[in-house]
Amino acid sequence: MTLALTLFTVICVSLGAIFFLAGTLGLLRFPDTLTRLHALTKADNLGLGLVVLGLLPQVAWPLGALKLIAVWLLALLAGATVGQLLGAAARPQPGTPNLSTAAGEEPAP
Amino acid sequence: MAEFLLGAALFVLGTVALGLVRILRGPDDADRMLAAQLLGTGGVASLLLLGVANGINAVGDLALLLALLAAFASVAFVTGAERPEPTVPIQETDPHEQGEQEAT
Repeated sequence: MTLALTLFTVICVSLGAIFFLAGTLGLLRFPDTLTRLHALTKADNLGLGLVVLGLLPQVAWPLGALKLIAVWLLALLAGATVGQLLGAAARPQPGTPNLSTAAGEEPAP
Repeated sequence: MAEFLLGAALFVLGTVALGLVRILRGPDDADRMLAAQLLGTGGVASLLLLGVANGINAVGDLALLLALLAAFASVAFVTGAERPEPTVPIQETDPHEQGEQEAT
């Protein structure tokens, strides 16, 4: 049982670390701000999620595990919000007609 | 187990530090902010791994604080970043004085 839990931890933490590596490579090698944002959010959500999932069997059950899950949920919420905001800030401004007007400035019909 | 977790923490920290190269050569400020965001999340993961490896529970609180501050940093960047000059009508509707006069 302990061996199975240890193996679970090793596998999940390794997968999370691989996701962080993939996110970093994407951040370094993708050509565009929005594609870099795509790579970054994968590292945020899945990398941290897998690390937290792997650490869950190693901590005390009620409080430590709930704190880890709370950290992950906060990171999810922050990642979603920041992804939307940075995507809106980095979107191509002048050339594209559909995106050139800010969302709040649309004239009321 | 503790050695593996320490190694994983160092690995995550190393990859995230490698991502900081994007801050050096990012063509846009948003790209630099993406690297800072990745540093925040990778720091959270690394802190959690270190805390479990050493059995220090307070490191979890530190990770929570770092996650909160990383989110605040990106929100502050977006609200503080100057908008690129749009071609269409925001110029007439946006200035501060008119907005304040209409608000009062």
